[in-house]
Amino acid sequence: MMIMATAITTDPMLPQPYSVREVAKETPDTFTLRLDPENAVNRSMFQPGEFSMLWLFGVGELPISISGDPSLHDRLVYTVRSVGQATHSLVNRGVGDGVGVRGPFGAGWPLEAARGRDVIVVAGGIGLAPLRPLIYQVLQNRKDYGRLVILYGGRSPRDLLYRKELATWARNRETQVLVTVDYGGLSWRGHVGVVTTLFKYSRLQPTRSVAMVCGPEIMMRFVTRELETQGLSRDDIYLSMERNMKCAVGFCGHCQYGPHFICKDGPVFRYEQIRNLLEKYEL
Amino acid sequence: METLERIITEHPFFAGLDCGFTNLMVSCAANVRFKAGAYILKEGDPANTFYLIREGKVAVEVLAPQHKPIIISTLSMGEILGWSWLLPPFQWKFHARAVDDVRAIGLDGKCLRTKCEENHDLGYEVLKRFAQIMEQRLEATRLQLLDVYAVK
Ligand SMILES: Cc1cc2nc3c(=O)[nH]c(=O)nc-3n(C[C@H](O)[C@H](O)[C@H](O)COP(=O)(O)OP(=O)(O)OC[C@H]3O[C@@H](n4cnc5c(N)ncnc54)[C@H](O)[C@@H]3O)c2cc1C
Ligand code: FES
Repeated sequence: MMIMATAITTDPMLPQPYSVREVAKETPDTFTLRLDPENAVNRSMFQPGEFSMLWLFGVGELPISISGDPSLHDRLVYTVRSVGQATHSLVNRGVGDGVGVRGPFGAGWPLEAARGRDVIVVAGGIGLAPLRPLIYQVLQNRKDYGRLVILYGGRSPRDLLYRKELATWARNRETQVLVTVDYGGLSWRGHVGVVTTLFKYSRLQPTRSVAMVCGPEIMMRFVTRELETQGLSRDDIYLSMERNMKCAVGFCGHCQYGPHFICKDGPVFRYEQIRNLLEKYEL
Repeated sequence: METLERIITEHPFFAGLDCGFTNLMVSCAANVRFKAGAYILKEGDPANTFYLIREGKVAVEVLAPQHKPIIISTLSMGEILGWSWLLPPFQWKFHARAVDDVRAIGLDGKCLRTKCEENHDLGYEVLKRFAQIMEQRLEATRLQLLDVYAVK
C-alpha cells in the first residue's frame, strides 16, 4: 500500500486527486482556489515560482503557478484569471469538486541568490500570483534578506490582486509596497501610471539588489530596461515566462523558447539567459 | 530648515546647471501649498508657473463631456508638474488636482520664459531638461495605451 502511494506521487505524468476546499473572488475575472489532497500521503511541497499542471475532467490540462504559502504543506493554492475555456471551467469549480494535480514543476525564484540582499519584486496584473510565495518566504525569514520592495501595476483598482495583503505587507519592517494602476477613478488615491513609473519612489540600492519580475511580456521588457537604467546587473534580474504546455517535463517540446524548455529550464530565467529572445516577435 | 536655494540646487532636475542659472531659478521660486482636493492647474488657463513637488500627490486629469474626470497620471515627491508655460500658446492642457495636501516650489515660468529668450544658453539648458521629462512621460503614456493587462 505504502509502496503504491510512493510510486503514485513520484510519477510526474499521473495527476494526483485533489478537491476544491475554498474559492475566493479576487477581481471580476480572477479567483483564488485552495485545493486539498484527497490522498493523505500527498504532502504539497513546492518552491516559490513553481507551477502545477491542473487536470480538469472533460476539459483538459493547464499550467498554473502556485500562489500560496510554501510553508503550508496541506494544500495548494492557485490564483486563476478566467480567459478561456479551461480557466473558465477551473474558476467555476465548486467546493468539493475534484481537480487532478501534476507537479510541482519547473525552476522557481532563486531564493539562494537573494539571501542577504534587497529583494525587488516587480509584478503586473496576474503576475503577482507566482510572486506571492516568494513574498511569503522573504517575510517569514526576514533576517535572511535586506529590504523587500514590491512594485505592482494593474489595469484599474478593481483589477488588483490581494489588496488586503498588500496593505499588510507594507506594514512589515524594511518593506516598501508601491501600487499603481493604468486607469484610476476619482476615488483611487494611489498612483496612476505604468509600473515603471514607481521606480523613482523606491530608493533602490542597485548593487545590493536582486529583482524578480512577472507580468505580461511587454511589461517585463520595459521593466528590465528600467532596472538596467537603475543600475542593476542583468545577472541580478529574474523573469518568469509563460508558453503553452503539454507534458511539463521536457518531453514534448510544446513550450520551447529558443534553446530553452520553459517547463523544465524555467519558468523563471535569469534575464541574461533570455534577453535576446525577449526582443524577438513570435517566439 | 531647508532653504529654497538648497532644495533647487540638490534637485536632480537642476543637476549640473551653471551656478548663475541656478541663482536665477532661485530668484523665480517660491514655496506654495495646496489643500487636498484643490486644483493647482486648470485646462485652458494661462500657464505661467511650474511646480517642483516636495510632498503629497498630484493627479493630472482630463475632463471629457458627460464623463467624470479621468486621471491620466499621478506625480509625487521630486517630480515636476507643468511644461505648457514653456511653449506657445502658454495654456494648460490638463487639470492638476492635489490628491492630498501638497507642498511644492512654484517657479515663475513667465519670468523664466523671458530670461530664456534673452539668454539662449539658459533656454537650451531648460529645454533639454524638459525634453527629458517629456520623453519619459511619452514612453509611460505609450505603455499605458498598450493596455498590457487586458486579455488579448
Ligand atoms: C508556467 C505557467 C504558469 C501560469 N500561471 C498562471 C496563473 O498562475 N494564473 C493564471 O490565470 N494563468 C496562468 N497561466 C496561464 C494559463 O495557463 C492560461 O491562461 C490558460 O492555459 C489558458 O487556457 P484557456 O483554455 O482558459 O484559454 P485559451 O482558450 O487557451 O485562451 C483564451 C484567450 O486568452 C488568451 N490567453 C491565454 N493565456 C493567457 C495569459 N496567460 N494571459 C493573457 N491572455 C491569455 C488567449 O490568447 C486567448 O485569446 C500560466 C501559464 C504558464 C505557462
Ligand atoms: S511542456 Fe513538454 S517540453 Fe515543456
